[in-house]
Amino acid sequence: MLSRLASLLVLLLVWQLGSVFAGPRALPAPLAVLAVIDAEARSGALFFNLAATLLRVVASFTLAMALGTALGLAMGRHKPVDRFCDPWLIILLNLPALVVIVLAYIWIGLNETAAIGAVALNKLPIATATVREGARALDASLDEMARVFAMPLGVRVRHVLLPQLAPYLAAAMRSGLSLVWKVVLVVELLGRSNGVGFEIGVAFQLFDVTKLLAYALPFVGLMLAIETFIVQPIERHVSRWRPGRT
Amino acid sequence: MSPAGDRVGLEVAIAKKAYLGASGESRAALRDVAFALKRGEVCALLGPSGSGKTTLLRIVAGLDRDFEGGVWLPSPHRLGMVFQEPRLLPWRTVAENLRLAGASEPKSLAEIAAVLGLALHLDHFPGELSLGLARRVAIARAFAVKPDLLLLDEPFVSLDAALALRLRGELQALVETHKATTLIVTHDVEEAISLADRIIVLAGAPGSLIADLAIETPRLAMTSRQAAAIKAELAALAAPRADR
Ligand SMILES: Nc1ncnc2c1ncn2[C@@H]1O[C@H](COP(=O)(O)OP(=O)(O)O)[C@@H](O)[C@H]1O
Ligand SMILES: [Mg+2]
Repeated sequence: MLSRLASLLVLLLVWQLGSVFAGPRALPAPLAVLAVIDAEARSGALFFNLAATLLRVVASFTLAMALGTALGLAMGRHKPVDRFCDPWLIILLNLPALVVIVLAYIWIGLNETAAIGAVALNKLPIATATVREGARALDASLDEMARVFAMPLGVRVRHVLLPQLAPYLAAAMRSGLSLVWKVVLVVELLGRSNGVGFEIGVAFQLFDVTKLLAYALPFVGLMLAIETFIVQPIERHVSRWRPGRT
Repeated sequence: MSPAGDRVGLEVAIAKKAYLGASGESRAALRDVAFALKRGEVCALLGPSGSGKTTLLRIVAGLDRDFEGGVWLPSPHRLGMVFQEPRLLPWRTVAENLRLAGASEPKSLAEIAAVLGLALHLDHFPGELSLGLARRVAIARAFAVKPDLLLLDEPFVSLDAALALRLRGELQALVETHKATTLIVTHDVEEAISLADRIIVLAGAPGSLIADLAIETPRLAMTSRQAAAIKAELAALAAPRADR
């Protein structure tokens, strides 16, 4: 913990020194950025744009997780589905995010549906592949046990299936979230008129590094907070039964 | 509904059960296995390893429908099963494992847990239990659902002799109070004699039914001479097979 703090302090120091050498236009000092963050927060613009971006993150993340889980389960459990969908998955996995985004805007239009769909489509193949691994690793002997004791479907999903999939779902969530929040910014830059990505685009046109950082840093902070206070506790919760991990 | 009337607890008529081998060829595991159990009858299924005992139990449990023949159970029926391995849900406590399997009445659940010495372990996760304790949980689970058909697949294998003996006594008490039609797989003759009303012997590859013996009741009146006679009979049945 202490060495982490030291590391952050050194980073701030390097930043400060860098701004002295490079000049405030290329790299504004930490305090200058803080002042702009404060101003944007006071005007409400910062929260408005953060909220817009966060909503897109949540919507596309949820969509991709739901579809990816369904698809991954189907592919992991049924050979024919797997054989049919696997080439699609490989193509999607290797399609650059930018291509998906531009095509979505061209085909669907410059609207929210295209934006969220494009982000979700970027995350979908990784979520699917991860859940498919989980579905393949399902313990058939526990499934038999559940059948013998005639456990109702709801019990089987909640107490037999989900706990086995949980580590894979958590992995898909974690990798998915970090992918989604990077892709969302590109989507906003290219075709939305609000959100952190849009503001960064504006800052780019004005070569305004201070404003760019004033949006980027709070956004990174928000995503780290979500990771620390939502994703990690969920991971800990689902793995609490494992021996040697408390 | 069983063709032989409603006093029947289980009727099995398997003409053939084959598995697909590694190179795609079909290998028979059971052939011509037919028997019927009365309701509440306790039958031990004896036989060397590989004679198809587990296969037979899986067919009776409805886990394997890929065979020639039929299995009749009274309907509706409640199935309780102890697999060769405990097969507990590692992410649920002992109490939750029992409850999720269908043990509904807390009172009878507590009774069974007490009989099997699990009262202190109800809040533990299966990973925290020894194999012997996990086995007991699996046995408790099978009884806690108040089954009318009980299938046990070598419930005491790989436990030390003293523990196996104690658990066998506990199992005997449970079998006597619950009156379920019971099929218990074992390769321990003593165990079969001490628990069952009847012994069915499978042998060979593919496994087929080579003996069907009644155990005289009351069990307690059976002398050790009678038990020795049954053992000798079983040994004689097994011997010519072993020569081949
Ligand atoms: N899933 C399976 N696939 C292929 N062969 C199997 C399978 N299960 C059992 N067998 C074979 O069937 C025979 C009977 O096995 P099993 O019923 O487990 O015997 P037992 O329980 O009496 O030891 C063995 O030869 C075994 O190799
Ligand atoms: Mg077996």
